[in-house]
Amino acid sequence: MLSYLTRRLFESLFVLAVMSLVIYWLIGLMPGDPIDIMIFSDPEMTPAEAERLRRVYGLDRPILERYLAWLGKALTGDFGYSRLYNQPTLDILMPRLGNTVVLMGLSFLLALAIALPAGVYAATRPQSPVDHAINMVAFAGISVPPFWLAILLIILFAVTLGWLPAGGMGDGRDFWADLRYLVLPVLALTIATVGSVIRFMRAAALEALRQDYVRTAQAKGLSGRQIVVGHVLRNAMIPVVTILALQMGNLFSGALITEQIFAYLGMGKTIYDSVIGNDYNVALAGLLLATLTVLLANLLADLAYAWLDPRISYQ
Amino acid sequence: MTGPEPQTGALAAEAGYARGPSLSLRQVFWRRFLRHRLAVGSLVFLVLLSLASVAAPLVEAALGVDGNLVDLFNAKQPPSAANPLGTDELGRDLLVRLLYGGQVSLVVGLAAALCAAVIGTLLGLAAGYYGGRLDALLMRFTDGVIALPVLPLLIILAALDLNKLGLPQALVGSESISIYRIVFLIALVGWTTVARLVRGATLSMKTREFVRAAEAMGAAGPRIMLVHILPNVVSPIIVATTLSIGGIILLESVLSFLGLGIQPPLPSWGNMLTSAQELIWDSPALAIYPGVLIFLTVIAFNFLGDGLQDALDPRALQGEE
Repeated sequence: MLSYLTRRLFESLFVLAVMSLVIYWLIGLMPGDPIDIMIFSDPEMTPAEAERLRRVYGLDRPILERYLAWLGKALTGDFGYSRLYNQPTLDILMPRLGNTVVLMGLSFLLALAIALPAGVYAATRPQSPVDHAINMVAFAGISVPPFWLAILLIILFAVTLGWLPAGGMGDGRDFWADLRYLVLPVLALTIATVGSVIRFMRAAALEALRQDYVRTAQAKGLSGRQIVVGHVLRNAMIPVVTILALQMGNLFSGALITEQIFAYLGMGKTIYDSVIGNDYNVALAGLLLATLTVLLANLLADLAYAWLDPRISYQ
Repeated sequence: MTGPEPQTGALAAEAGYARGPSLSLRQVFWRRFLRHRLAVGSLVFLVLLSLASVAAPLVEAALGVDGNLVDLFNAKQPPSAANPLGTDELGRDLLVRLLYGGQVSLVVGLAAALCAAVIGTLLGLAAGYYGGRLDALLMRFTDGVIALPVLPLLIILAALDLNKLGLPQALVGSESISIYRIVFLIALVGWTTVARLVRGATLSMKTREFVRAAEAMGAAGPRIMLVHILPNVVSPIIVATTLSIGGIILLESVLSFLGLGIQPPLPSWGNMLTSAQELIWDSPALAIYPGVLIFLTVIAFNFLGDGLQDALDPRALQGEE
């Protein structure tokens, strides 16, 4: 188990290292470079001075050399300064990572809480009107453009009904008042996520219901509820956990859109703003942090997998 | 759909068509597909939508309007004879813009799905057929790509300066560059599902007698993969590709909405919604119609893919009466 964990951790680190090199290279290909921006804000600057600055900042060096220098600093926790916020990159990103984890975590749990019973219920009555209705809801959730749904939610709940704030964050003084800012983003992200989870859950439960152990359980006289709770649910969870782990990247993408529409200060919005605003240090570190979060979530799912299925042992 | 004939009897029997003369696989497919009413309805809707989008220039001519002509004195007009759905915030005809936007969304969805399917099929065939180190390497790579947070990555890729990539100026400067770019980017991250499916199907195919016979007769690897294995794994590829189109259209609309996909003045349903948050008050039609069209198109492709899956996959039969 421990050796498996170590191996997976090393794999994740390897993916992260490759990603950092690729993103570092890509960011060099974005329009403008830091010196261009300085020239832009200081019309007095001469070409000679620009050239000197380029040398001072090492921008005349080959990209690999610059990357290694960046990596050396990054490994000590120094990701440079943010151009937009004039603060160390990590000071910007860490609280926002927390906000995103809250948003994603709540939406994920809510989606599971809806999809588990709905998917299993549909699977126990295949082709019934209820099954068809649940299927339609799932398809609608998968197919609605998430940003448009978010706008409609704002129109309905924030503007027309006036129940909830249209966007932004709480000020951290009153927990219950702050919670109101979370309702619409969590709702939007949940609707965008729940459809595919219902479909996975239904398929997995259908498969589990076909197994011999279900017939055995029926033969020994267990009730439908006992069979579903005791046998079907747990076994159906096994494939679902794997698929859900792979959905973490998607969930993060959904979170980015949600944060953008609701002006929710999370990682997704920060990455978007930094790419648009040429804030290279934040864009780079933000994308890596997002990747790390997704990889760790995958790792957690693997552990859950082993816990759910005693037949699996990681050697 | 085009599989080897000998399976027909078994499949037809399983499907409950054993009575009477046996049906060809194609007939079984159509019977099963036509029973799936949502999928049939979706197919009809998508065909009509495609025809309407293709007819956009005709509609433009018939109405006597120019879809690209900015006319600020005529902005946000309600529906009229000349503008059946009214005009947008720059005074352009909304119906014509929606139809041209439909062209873009459909072309991007189909082209990107096709490119992704080709990449996925080739990688999946190679991984499944050659096995060993290559398989392990390719599948690890696939797992890595699947786990990535795709949208932030695409945002960075979409923001790249194409001039720095050394692409020819004629290409970078062309109006359709944002279409090529988004198709390329989505194909770059979208091939993983097909690759995994094809690899799995190839693994089970390569032990079959007809593949071993071809090997014994000295056929080379590429020939076996493309001539013998590929035709037998077409069904899952068609299903997965159809199901992917909806997601791709959504992704395109998100990127265009964020200003990183299709660039105005070229319309796409996504970039028509960019200012929806402000527009919804004084002219809700501008914020509603593009969103509804995205929703209907995406759900239609998903229903269609679902129907194809039921019709092409004999194992799906067991869930039914």
